[in-house]
Amino acid sequence: MKGHSPLEQFEIVRLVDIPIGGVDASFTNSSLMMVFVLVLATVWFSVGMSRRAIVPGRWQSVVELTYEFVADMLRENVGNEGRRYFPFVFTLFVFILSCNLLGLLPYSFTVTSHIAVTFALAAVVFVGVTVIALFRHGFRFFTFFVPPGLPAVLAPLLVPIEVISYLARPVTLSLRLFANMMAGHTMLKVFGGFVVALGLFGFAPFVFIVAIYALELIVAVLQAYVFTVLTCLYLNDAIHLQH
Amino acid sequence: MPQLATADFAPQLIWLAITFVALYLVMWRVVLPRIVDVLEERQRRIHDDLTAAEGLGREAAKADAAYEAARADARENARRMASETRDAIKKRAADGEAELDATFARENAESDARIRAAREEAREHVRIIAIDAARAIARRLIGADVDDAAAAAAVDAASAGDR
Repeated sequence: MKGHSPLEQFEIVRLVDIPIGGVDASFTNSSLMMVFVLVLATVWFSVGMSRRAIVPGRWQSVVELTYEFVADMLRENVGNEGRRYFPFVFTLFVFILSCNLLGLLPYSFTVTSHIAVTFALAAVVFVGVTVIALFRHGFRFFTFFVPPGLPAVLAPLLVPIEVISYLARPVTLSLRLFANMMAGHTMLKVFGGFVVALGLFGFAPFVFIVAIYALELIVAVLQAYVFTVLTCLYLNDAIHLQH
Repeated sequence: MPQLATADFAPQLIWLAITFVALYLVMWRVVLPRIVDVLEERQRRIHDDLTAAEGLGREAAKADAAYEAARADARENARRMASETRDAIKKRAADGEAELDATFARENAESDARIRAAREEAREHVRIIAIDAARAIARRLIGADVDDAAAAAAVDAASAGDR
């Protein structure tokens, strides 16, 4: 035990050093969890659907429900034009959800508690959505920053606000997920420390930890949902170009 | 805060790219088509079954209608046959009655004729007897021999007066 800092759990540990042309591509504890997520999600969804039953069993039902959950989300928020982007949205949801949930296992590592990862995901969404909007609407895309019925006098004030709020999207999107995951895990660690420190009276924080853990399970699912649903909304803006 | 250690960004981002793209390919190429297949197959089966059930329901309704029609037909047939039979019986009874009436009338007429003939015959006999008797009486009383024609005329005259 090195120390009791609640932030120690977020430490990146290099398991295998892999320098490629001066870039550090080391296999870390984070990479291990990502690979684990990849393998687990692949097995979960492939094996769950392997029987291709007309009347699904429990496992297949969960897979199908996940599919329909994301499909409904995309259909409700974007409409039929969004179907092309379904594989990406589905992968995004599964990846974030798996990272969040597996991160809650004791001694594991929460990939999504790092701003680098969440910002990268948000940036992919942001850039992708912007490219889709530009591709579909060309220069008309920039009318998105001019709210309809805007008086000319207010334009110099409101247009920059619109632009800034648009540019802030990847920041808020990534910060929300990162902050939620980090805060939850830090809190669990802090109260975990109390359990040890208080000895016999440790049962009080222990009960609290159980409650927080349940809350964190909800947060893990909720934040995956929020990230995905916001991606859908941004996609909708890009495709339909309306406020 | 370990999250701000910029030296750790590169390995995270590289492995994020690798695993996310790999997961995307798995989902896009393997998992999602399989789920879509199963869902479509199920939808198709449900649709087919519903269509089949609808067809069967229509057939059942048709059979029911045919049965009802046959029943109504049979009932109508039975009613007609009953009425025909009743009419036939009634007609036969009427015919028999008429025949009987005719027979009675004929027999009546025949017996009337016979009675009339018998009466005529009897009257004829009585006349002859009366004539014979008149001749015999005349012979005994006055000893005159009255011939047949005279006697007959007298008898006829007397019996005409009786009437």
